[in-house]
Amino acid sequence: MAESRRIRIDVPALTRVEGEGSLKLSIEQGQITQLQLSIFEPPRYFEKFLEGRAYHEVPDIVARICGICPVAYQMTAVQALEQAFDFTPSDWVRRMRRLFYCGEWIQSHALHIHLLALPDYLGFDSAIAMAEQYPAQVQRGLELQALGNTIIKLFGGRSVHPVGARVGGFHHAPTDADIKRLNTQLEKARDSARALTNWCAQLPVPQDDDSFINVALKHESEYPLYEGTLAGSDGLSITAQEWEQYFEETHAPHSTALWSLYQGAPYLVGPLARLNLNRERLPAEIADNLNNTGIAFPSRNMFHSMLARAVEIELAIHEALELTAAYSVPERPFDDVIPRAGIGFGATEAPRGLLWHRYETDENGLIKHARIVPPTSQNQARIEQDLHNSLQAFGLEHPDDALRLHCEKVIRNYDPCISCATHFLQLELERQP
Amino acid sequence: MSTTVKPRIAVHKFSSCDGCQLAFLNLGGELIELTRRVDIRHFLEAGLDDPDADVDIAFVEGSLSTQDEIERIHRVRKHSRYLISIGACATSGGLQALRNLDNQHDQWRDAIYAKPEFIKTLNHARPIADEVRVDFELWGCPINSRQLLAAVNSLLFGVPPIEERDKVCMECKRQQRVCVMVTDNKPCLGPVTRTGCGALCPSFGRDCYGCYGPSDNPNTESLSKRFAGLGLMPDAVARRFLMINSAAPAFHDAGLIARSTDTGDGDNG
Repeated sequence: MAESRRIRIDVPALTRVEGEGSLKLSIEQGQITQLQLSIFEPPRYFEKFLEGRAYHEVPDIVARICGICPVAYQMTAVQALEQAFDFTPSDWVRRMRRLFYCGEWIQSHALHIHLLALPDYLGFDSAIAMAEQYPAQVQRGLELQALGNTIIKLFGGRSVHPVGARVGGFHHAPTDADIKRLNTQLEKARDSARALTNWCAQLPVPQDDDSFINVALKHESEYPLYEGTLAGSDGLSITAQEWEQYFEETHAPHSTALWSLYQGAPYLVGPLARLNLNRERLPAEIADNLNNTGIAFPSRNMFHSMLARAVEIELAIHEALELTAAYSVPERPFDDVIPRAGIGFGATEAPRGLLWHRYETDENGLIKHARIVPPTSQNQARIEQDLHNSLQAFGLEHPDDALRLHCEKVIRNYDPCISCATHFLQLELERQP
Repeated sequence: MSTTVKPRIAVHKFSSCDGCQLAFLNLGGELIELTRRVDIRHFLEAGLDDPDADVDIAFVEGSLSTQDEIERIHRVRKHSRYLISIGACATSGGLQALRNLDNQHDQWRDAIYAKPEFIKTLNHARPIADEVRVDFELWGCPINSRQLLAAVNSLLFGVPPIEERDKVCMECKRQQRVCVMVTDNKPCLGPVTRTGCGALCPSFGRDCYGCYGPSDNPNTESLSKRFAGLGLMPDAVARRFLMINSAAPAFHDAGLIARSTDTGDGDNG
């Protein structure tokens, strides 16, 4: 009689796609017979309480969806609402939104690499434990995180749920002196970011070769953050308005979070997908350094996600340097918008991947309907698919603890909100005769 | 001194956005310093997983919105000497408590989820103190590192933390900001909102939206009249109070009073 190993893994989880989750894994005769990633998110019903709210309240409300990437939610919402009102922001606003967004990428990526992902690779339970043996590297990571927060604070007053963004622009413009000081800090951080990339490139990662569809924004001249068309590695090229024609959200019985599929199939969003699709948009010096690491992009190894994050920190610092060098205080940091009945779409690149919003407004600018598709729900089907392939490649004969750690590492590559917990996968082993 | 046992702390998360836990994770070098002075036993986001460890101080983020969370908060209480709720979700129920207002939970759930039968949330999202004894509350959406360190430092010195209950207005005046309501007719909640943020919104020329919850003795009635005088329709006045801290009694009541005077017509923007 074949031995059947049934493993139940419980996941206490952390943000919008969060709450409790579990991974059910059944292995029989060296084959995975069941693999279900379930996420039990305590829903907070944002889309419903946005209804009846005035457009100008939306940035403050949607920020609360995620404490780690509030800027992404604010920027996507203002973009969508401005489209609904047929309003085009000034060039200054456009550039400063990009700078504001750079702050969030630096902050979120540095947090993820140092506090969440690296301990896996270096054999520690937590960054706190890792800091004793790698004090300089942890310090460097925390400094980068702080730099990202500094950028967000300049425009938002605080880095979590910043208060500076509004439909039409910003409530407040930083002074020349503040921006000059920031520019100096960015200049100093450039080398740290380069060193981080090179360090991440040297860390041994599992060899993985998986086939998946990458989906990310693409822009004619920029590495995409705040703007672009929606592109896929299969040739997809659409506007945010067309999203609903190609993507659908479904609800699996074993999970409370919505899953989204691209023409019925899983797909990848996030740093690796962005870099795979946009490497030709990297500034030459960053691209050259990346080439010198010997790791080729596009990559089919999900474990290169951490390196992609490090490269994006470099990119964000590079962008922020250019944007701050050319800074000038505008006459007014926003233009007035005239609300009207309309429908608007927004798509931007949150640190974790594509974020899509749709709003319908009435003639007074009150929200009639809202729909928000965050990156983690887009990646969920892909995570399950990846776990399946990756566990098989890793070797199912490994002991339970090794399997659990491997699952955690795979899941953390996606930086889903649930990755916030290390050792979140608790194994319950059942053996059947 | 090396034999001294460090105080043990835990950070727990309930229904929330994780933003208040960042008050720890954004401490930078001070986070490492903090770990020299306290022993962090449980903090999932930082990789420490021991939810049932006995601790001296438990920080609790998030509101109670599922049956499981209610059971879990009792366990946290049992294992903690001192329990501090952090942030709007934990102290007032937070933004998601908007579903409590009109008992709309079931309709909202059915409208969003393809398979509502998979969703097991309670009809109301409630603050931690509704269910267990809370020793101290840090208000704010989100709380900041300064508030957090002030509370931790007080406790390390063996004194109760000082509660900030002043109005945002006081802080704004101390900073010599120009009043956005007086000069710009903006419906600022500063006169009834608890201080602690550093008067961020008025310093950016915008009106406070009450994310730190009600201050001591908030005169919401008078402020509502002022808002009406600025041209806000009753529904717009209600929305000012019914946002981040809609379940905090002072804001809840002011919001409902404004709503009850709504005639249902006019410009609601």
